[in-house]
Amino acid sequence: MKKDEYLDLDFKDFPSPAPLSRRDFLKLTGGGIIIFFSVGEAWPFQEESRQRRRGFDYPEDFNAYLRIHEDGRVSCFTGKIEMGQGVITSLAQELAEELDVSLDTVDMVMGDTDLCPWDMGTFGSLTTRFFGPALRAAAAEARAVLIELAADYLKSPIERLGVKDGVVFDESRKEHKVTYAKLAQGKMIERHLKKKPPVKKSSEFTVIGKPTRRTDSLDKVTGKAKFAGDIRLPGMLYARILRPPIHGAKLKSVDTSAANDIKGVQVIQAGDLISVLHECPDEAEKALRKIKTQFDLPEATVDDQTIFDHLLKVAPEGEIVDQGGNLESGWKLASAIFEETYLNSYVAHSPIEPHTAIAEVKENKATVWASTQTPFGAKEEIAEVLGIPSQNVRIITPFVGGGFGGKTANKQAVEAARLAKLAAKPVQVAWTRTEEFFNDTFRPAAVVKIKSGIDDSGKIVFWDYIVYFAGERGSQHFYDIPHHRTVSTGGGWRGIPGAHPFGTGAWRAPGNNTNTHARESQIDIMASKAGLDPFEFRLKNLKDKRMIRVLEAAADKFGWTPAKAPSGRGYGLSCGIDAGTYVATMAEVEVDRQQGKVQVKQVVCAQDMGLSINPEGAKLQMEGCITMGLGYALTEEIHFKGGEIFDLNFDTYEIPRFSWLPKIETVLIDAQESPVQGGGEPAIINMGGVIANAIYDAIGVRLYQLPMTPERVRSQALKT
Amino acid sequence: MLNGKPVRLTGDRERMLLWALRSDLSLTGAKYGCGEGYCGACTVLVNKEAVRSCQFPLKDVEGKEVLTIEGLAKNGDLHLLQKAFIEHDALQCGFCTPGMILNAYSLLLKNPQPSRQEIIQGMEENLCRCGAHTRIVQAIQAAAKEMKRRR
Repeated sequence: MKKDEYLDLDFKDFPSPAPLSRRDFLKLTGGGIIIFFSVGEAWPFQEESRQRRRGFDYPEDFNAYLRIHEDGRVSCFTGKIEMGQGVITSLAQELAEELDVSLDTVDMVMGDTDLCPWDMGTFGSLTTRFFGPALRAAAAEARAVLIELAADYLKSPIERLGVKDGVVFDESRKEHKVTYAKLAQGKMIERHLKKKPPVKKSSEFTVIGKPTRRTDSLDKVTGKAKFAGDIRLPGMLYARILRPPIHGAKLKSVDTSAANDIKGVQVIQAGDLISVLHECPDEAEKALRKIKTQFDLPEATVDDQTIFDHLLKVAPEGEIVDQGGNLESGWKLASAIFEETYLNSYVAHSPIEPHTAIAEVKENKATVWASTQTPFGAKEEIAEVLGIPSQNVRIITPFVGGGFGGKTANKQAVEAARLAKLAAKPVQVAWTRTEEFFNDTFRPAAVVKIKSGIDDSGKIVFWDYIVYFAGERGSQHFYDIPHHRTVSTGGGWRGIPGAHPFGTGAWRAPGNNTNTHARESQIDIMASKAGLDPFEFRLKNLKDKRMIRVLEAAADKFGWTPAKAPSGRGYGLSCGIDAGTYVATMAEVEVDRQQGKVQVKQVVCAQDMGLSINPEGAKLQMEGCITMGLGYALTEEIHFKGGEIFDLNFDTYEIPRFSWLPKIETVLIDAQESPVQGGGEPAIINMGGVIANAIYDAIGVRLYQLPMTPERVRSQALKT
Repeated sequence: MLNGKPVRLTGDRERMLLWALRSDLSLTGAKYGCGEGYCGACTVLVNKEAVRSCQFPLKDVEGKEVLTIEGLAKNGDLHLLQKAFIEHDALQCGFCTPGMILNAYSLLLKNPQPSRQEIIQGMEENLCRCGAHTRIVQAIQAAAKEMKRRR
């Protein structure tokens, strides 16, 4: 399966499956969708999705998901990876719950393509929503099988058997018991049930829904946790790779002789891949600097100032994402009309761990340890590049040091595999920070244009929305508007040929940060014009009960009191939906009008994510989203001219620091009876809008472009 | 001295400590994050002072005591900071964590009872992309409090 085929679909956003009929689902996603597992009969789209995945599927045999060892420990196998989002804990909770074993006996085996069931990748807040149910069903089935085996062993009727912490006992004679370990004896269990047992109801939960500390912390605070760059193989070499100075440059000539002169250096030149290898990484770096090159440089046609006009010029006709009523009728009803344009710059993923991989190729078999969000995708890519069958490629994913969408691209793993084959030795490719910035698939620069209108009573009567190049995720409004149309153009976050001067990709909640910033700014502009408090204006224009509930929960916690903006208080709010989760955020900012500097003092975020497997982990993700989101709101942007990237390290590319920290409070709506929704991304989507609205409330200055740097705040303040 | 044991290294004295630790000594707790001293993922202690090991040449550690994250727990007992990081979930991906803990350790050596503001100032140059900052500050505060209680 080609990367494009699976990635394209999966950054689309859709809610969890349970409450949707097939027709609803197709309506939501526009058809041609893909579903990620096939446990039980609940899925009407199995055949269609299997075709899209060319036969790849989550297996039905529970043995693929878990193994009970003779010592009583349980291994849980998942193609998902751990990059900080905490599924190493929450998936173990789900397994422990359904199998009735204690959480500390569960060992997670993640992202190993030889051991784990196929998986599309870890992104889109999909793990808990789509793999979770498959895992729970597998564990419930395994539990039922073990009870059958115990009934034979104990010669007790099944109805009399209970389980606690991996021990099956006879309820009437508690000393009459047997452990799972004894029953399974570390082997695969070759007994299957005719009827799949149900998973537990939320009233039966003892592990799910309980705030649980991360299970990977001990390894991470002692330095024991292994990341891809920490793997050491005998005879391994460290690679440094020649990169063009700017994107689009063509190599004219190369002279590697001086690099070759360094003792122990091996120079590899294979088509576009020119690399120096050495047993010390710093020696390889020295050798790389000795390579002499000449490049043909393309002329720059666009830069960070002109990019927005360029994007508008090259944008194709868009596709209608959603519409209702009749825009012309809406215009006629309006007493005030608003036409605004919102911009956001390119943003880097910049995980603290750069892309890293180490590969060993022996006898046509490749083993690659990679920092990747898509191990099974990497497997196919590497098989194709090396020209070997994909079953000969094994990807092992150690802990991943942050991904945020950036590590769905596996270029470094492919480079390591190619070099390991050519050098006939294990090779580590660990990108430098400069390479990480240069090769990143940035969140695309994007434009949103909105025309909207309200009537005399402050009701929104029409909404005409077009998003260029961000993608449609989060573009659909959820307000009660009779006449509306939402259009997306530009091919989503990947763009179209000729649009972006370098690679773009999915960045945490792809598209939704752009869309939510634009929508929620526009809502506030209308509220202000209507002379209404922005919270009340939203309530007036909302019918969606879930959204009203999260807004009220946020307002309660924040202590929101009504005032027309700008009130001088520096209060803002923003709400949105991502990965099926509803989020409302309120913030207080302080703005230095002269300097343009914005300090966020306080953030309150309320979230309805349905059933929360690990409420503590969910809150940790919300806090992470809020803190990370300060960056794209206030400072993060890539400066460039043509293919030349000017921000190549953290000196000029500013990510959030300790001194930026607002007081953060999170509220999880109690919705343990509702289907599980996404958790790793939703809370980030409000950060642009909430800060833009709070700045306006503080000083009456509206910022239309992200990030809201001191320069932009200052210059906008001078104009008003 | 490295984590309390004498270590002899031969070779280029201008080499950066990070590479010697990670490749020669296979102590991979100190991480490469930016290579230019901006992020703090490579932080280790030299004579109880937090340094950026990617910018610290070997010649400057000669005869000195180096402490890496692998040497912080004593006889299998975690340091109070390590315990506090676990108890507060003060990490996500964990890549910046060794540098965070060692920087905080050096901070507490100098100032055992830092105010919240002093913690923030002291940690300012250590970057975390996951946004664990709030918990990290809480963990350092809790560790400092516990250290005082035990004294």
